Amino acid sequence: MTAARAEVVAGGPGRFRSARRRASAGLFRRGWLRATLLLSAPAAWFVLIYLAALAILFVSAFWRVDAFTGEVVHQWNLDNFKTIAESPAYRTIALRTIGIAAAVTLTDALLAIPFAYFAARLAPRRLQTVLFVIVLVPLWTSYLVRVYAWRLILAHDGILNWTLHKLGFGGVDIAYSNWAMWVVFSYLWLPFMILPVWVAFERVPDSFLEASADLGARGWTTFRRVLLPLVLPGVVAGSIFTFSLTLGDFITPTLVGGAGSDFIGNVVYSSVGIANNVPFAAAFATIPLLVMGAYLLVARKVGAFEAL
Amino acid sequence: MRNSRNRGAPPAHPALARLTVGLVTLAMTAVVACGGGGSGGSTTSSLPTSVGRGEGQLNLIAWEGYTEPQWVKPFEQQTGCNVSAKYAGSSDEMVTLMRQGGGTQYDMVSASGDASLRLIKGGDVQPVNVALVPGWKDFIPQLQSPPHNTVDGKHYGVSLQWGPNTLLYNTRDVTPAPDSWATIYDPQFKGRITVPDNPIQIADAALYLSKTRPELGIRDPYELTQDQLTAAIDLLKSQRPLIKKYWALASDEIDLFKNGDAVVGASWPYQTITLQDSGAPVKDLIPREGATGWADTWMLSAHARHPNCAYKWMQWISTPRVQAEQAISFGETPANTKACPYMDRIQAGACTKYHANAPASYFASIRFWRTPTRDCGNGSQDCTDYTTWQQRWTEMKG
Repeated sequence: MTAARAEVVAGGPGRFRSARRRASAGLFRRGWLRATLLLSAPAAWFVLIYLAALAILFVSAFWRVDAFTGEVVHQWNLDNFKTIAESPAYRTIALRTIGIAAAVTLTDALLAIPFAYFAARLAPRRLQTVLFVIVLVPLWTSYLVRVYAWRLILAHDGILNWTLHKLGFGGVDIAYSNWAMWVVFSYLWLPFMILPVWVAFERVPDSFLEASADLGARGWTTFRRVLLPLVLPGVVAGSIFTFSLTLGDFITPTLVGGAGSDFIGNVVYSSVGIANNVPFAAAFATIPLLVMGAYLLVARKVGAFEAL
Repeated sequence: MRNSRNRGAPPAHPALARLTVGLVTLAMTAVVACGGGGSGGSTTSSLPTSVGRGEGQLNLIAWEGYTEPQWVKPFEQQTGCNVSAKYAGSSDEMVTLMRQGGGTQYDMVSASGDASLRLIKGGDVQPVNVALVPGWKDFIPQLQSPPHNTVDGKHYGVSLQWGPNTLLYNTRDVTPAPDSWATIYDPQFKGRITVPDNPIQIADAALYLSKTRPELGIRDPYELTQDQLTAAIDLLKSQRPLIKKYWALASDEIDLFKNGDAVVGASWPYQTITLQDSGAPVKDLIPREGATGWADTWMLSAHARHPNCAYKWMQWISTPRVQAEQAISFGETPANTKACPYMDRIQAGACTKYHANAPASYFASIRFWRTPTRDCGNGSQDCTDYTTWQQRWTEMKG
């Protein structure tokens, strides 16, 4: 079988072989041509599907909906942005979304750094594998299942309060509140923070730590002045995930949020799905876009993109 | 047996039937176009006079609890129409879903009175021939041609069931038993109250204010002037810090009561029955201020792709036995007066319990959901319309 194929290739038309060789040589000499061939398909996808969708989103933010027929009227105006700027309710919702996203990011960073430090630098090889699996296992189960599980844990008569009562403490009343959202989001996105930080800790050469010790720095000083600055890009890289994932979510606020827990995503969802007002949804959706754009610029300054 | 009357129509090849329907539609469009925008009266002639063979599929938008297997399974077996239902959490969502994809995605919707007129005016639903629905002539007179689904003598669907929005409470935590809507505005229950996440909830606040603050002059909770609306919103704003959660789906409220997160709330009888079945210590009542309520209609999409199955569904859902089953399952009152004996057979005393034999005055005591418009009903156009209600509701929730 193999012999037969080899024969076919070897005995194939010489013209074809030389043409192929010439083409490959040509590609090797002309770097730009190689790049064009490799990138044209993904670039077309990116421009058509991603940028075009963003552009349409942005343009439709300047349209409006006819109140009676519910149809989009292509008439340029700034009413949607005016409503968002002037109504305190939408400002509250935007600030709440950004605030909780920031709190979740901070929490995950504080949890991930000691864990990743232990996993990357202290744990023996076999334990490392176990830890790696433990971090990843939650990602194999459905997001919804995990959120509903938290709903049961945090409920008034749930596991958390039951345990607290058994231990002799009073119960806490955090089900369906911003606290609940903070807890659930922090849990959901923790793996996305741990992994880049873990990699960042692993990348630090042992010789740096030895050098630090030779110069008289104790453990804590080495951690603070050598390790932490070196893993900071990893933390920022992780924060891009935790921050943007929280910023765009609307399911967790629906399921575990309380009376005043709407996120930007919820307003977008109800504007499209309930009020049938796509232009307003588009206008409100530009807020996370702007916030994320600013965030990425800062992240690039810190060097997070090299850590990805 | 019941379905034997559907077989009157000659069986046609589905593709052929579709082609015929297409040609007829095309011809009608041409006629209408030539007519130069004459009044819509001519559509009466397009009403079907018989129900053809089912298309094998029926896509519904329904309130949670309206498509229980108990009556959907037998329907599917008898007609071959597979039912797929999507639950909507509010009338707004129903209207939006009906308009999705040019209105071809869903065949029918169980619209309440605050959505039905919007759907009719928006051209999203089409007139139906009630003569093809045998149960219709047994409906209580008020629901045969009610203003919320019958316009200019044309029936845009068949009435289904009706009932009041109730006050639900946990009998262990709320003592003595409440008798007023004041309970859901009471700081005593801070953090244990839940109400629907629905702008029409403003009408509940307005109804309460019409009794407790007569100086506001609220006559009808769906006809509010700017000042009256502001008063209602202020009441809801003072209620907001007391709210545990604004529930979107009935199952949300059931969870809240089951887990002890809420002890009192505005509800439908469906939640009460589901909770009581699971052993939760809850009761509901119509408080002394009265109640808002719903009267639902199965409406047919103007662009329905499965009209025959839709007619079969209207026939099925209007039969006394199915009416009785749904009434008891959801805890509402059937439109079909002949459902009474079937109800008592399923559950002794159910006919009286669910008001199926109640006098007309009971029907009149419920303020049924209606779409608020600028028209105040007294010639004045100073009232607030539904778009305003939606905005104020969103802003109130923050």
